[in-house]
Amino acid sequence: MALAQASADAILVADDIFVQFNTPEGPITAVDNVSFKVRPSEFFSVIGPSGCGKSTLFNVIGGLLGQHQGVVSVGGETISGPHKSIGMVFQEESTFPWRTVVDNVAFPLELVGMPKGKRAERARHFIRMVGLDGFENRYPGELSGGMRQRVSLARTLASEPKILLMDEPFAALDEQTRLLLGDKVLQIQQQLKQTTLLITHNITEAVQMSDRILVMTYRPGKVKRIVDIDLPRPRTSEIVSSEAFGRYVAQIWNDLREEANRGMRDEEKHMLNQDERTA
Amino acid sequence: MTLVVAHTRRSYRSYAAPMVGLGSFIAFVLLVEVLIRIGALNRFIIPAPSEIIASFGRLFLEENIVQRFIFTAAECIAAGVMVTVCGVTIGVVMQRFSLLQRACETWVAAFASAPLVLAYPLFMVIFGRNAWTIIMMGFFSALPPVILKTIEGISGTRKVLVNVGRSFNLTGTQQFWKILFPAALPTIFVGVRLGLIFALINIVGTEFLINFGGLGQLINDLAERYDLAGTYAAICFVILVSVLFFIVLEKAERWLRPVD
Ligand SMILES: Nc1ncnc2c1ncn2[C@@H]1O[C@H](COP(=O)(O)OP(=O)(O)OP(=O)(O)O)[C@@H](O)[C@H]1O
Ligand SMILES: [Mg+2]
Repeated sequence: MALAQASADAILVADDIFVQFNTPEGPITAVDNVSFKVRPSEFFSVIGPSGCGKSTLFNVIGGLLGQHQGVVSVGGETISGPHKSIGMVFQEESTFPWRTVVDNVAFPLELVGMPKGKRAERARHFIRMVGLDGFENRYPGELSGGMRQRVSLARTLASEPKILLMDEPFAALDEQTRLLLGDKVLQIQQQLKQTTLLITHNITEAVQMSDRILVMTYRPGKVKRIVDIDLPRPRTSEIVSSEAFGRYVAQIWNDLREEANRGMRDEEKHMLNQDERTA
Repeated sequence: MTLVVAHTRRSYRSYAAPMVGLGSFIAFVLLVEVLIRIGALNRFIIPAPSEIIASFGRLFLEENIVQRFIFTAAECIAAGVMVTVCGVTIGVVMQRFSLLQRACETWVAAFASAPLVLAYPLFMVIFGRNAWTIIMMGFFSALPPVILKTIEGISGTRKVLVNVGRSFNLTGTQQFWKILFPAALPTIFVGVRLGLIFALINIVGTEFLINFGGLGQLINDLAERYDLAGTYAAICFVILVSVLFFIVLEKAERWLRPVD
């Protein structure tokens, strides 16, 4: 019943995604049989250990990776390449170093031919939203890593995507910055009723923000479980200290521990093999 | 209080290196002067530094060094504009078509290390004994670094920036002008700076060889007249001008690269 309803009003559907890479050591299945649906205004997270295929899944949904099987559809329309309803925030630092903050954020508006004055004003609106007012005319090189990530977020928000797709946007940041930025994202998401798909390897971050969390397995990256997070909104980072929160974290950590262990063993084995080969 | 100390210490450090550099240069000049005066060095091979300094005035009053400088500078600018336009275009085209890049990159690199100046008779035959021979010598010697650095800059654009462009559905042309080209610009400018240095060297050298044009010809003239002090003074003038030119280019480059 719940599933039928979900599929009726799902805005993003991933159906049986499968990705295999050919490497010198043979084919690697990065993503296998991953299916899920995201509802409008939902905050949906994908969590999994490092190297389990999260970025690969991100690229498939963003339409950047051609070599996959399975179907991704947005509002019922199957995508074949980057879709204008999807806005992406990348794991790596992705601001344009040759543009000021305001010109970075105005980038998508420039593409649709908005006049200069108007797009600067629009850009300022999104810069305020991510809390960077006062830095409009700085270059990314003059900003901290956390601020640059906020510029990337504002740039993507400025294109007003129906679906915000983020790949570990805070992974490279320190814990305090990460928590505060998490609050910011939650606040923006609630304010804009923004459908969001967040990819992360951080359990607290996922539980704090999400309506539902998809837990991925390691090699091949399959769906281990989809967990409903039934915590009241609006949420802030304060929720982290509640008892229900702790239960969710423990449950997901239980699922992830096996996978992370397997991942580490796998990587160790891989390195040992390499050592043998080079020896 | 401590702040003031730290500040003076830092400025002391930042002045120390250039001061030592300048000091050793002056010491060297004085040493040469002394060696010549006591006869340890032959003054008919190396003129005394004091004589060289004294001949500078002559260069301005009798040898029209300012006009000659303007002539050489104009040749450099012509070669510089041509090499920037052609070099960047060739680099972009080569980068776009990977077959072309794989086929030609080694040739261009080999060309970069070839002593092009030896080919000046060929250029004379093609362009005649005029400014075009000189400009073309400068142009061809400056071409390889500009091409190679353009290729390097565009290929070196971070993949995630290209992906940002793709995620915003940029067309091929937009992808080039809005992402690849600006991302490559600092590297391209390094190529242009190297190119201009090569062009300047080859332009003055060719002027000297074919005895035509600006500063190079002046050096040739003075040497043929056996005016050694004048020759050295003219050489010093060329060195001074080039050093100034490179400093300006470096400043311009830093200004072009506000971030990193
Ligand atoms: N282009 C590629 N060619 C070959 N193998 C690849 C390629 N891209 C990813 N892989 C492999 O696929 C697996 C999944 O990679 P992916 O980048 O999706 O992981 P991830 O979950 O995003 O990891 P992280 O948390 O470290 O970002 C890894 O084992 C990686 O080595
Ligand atoms: Mg990743």
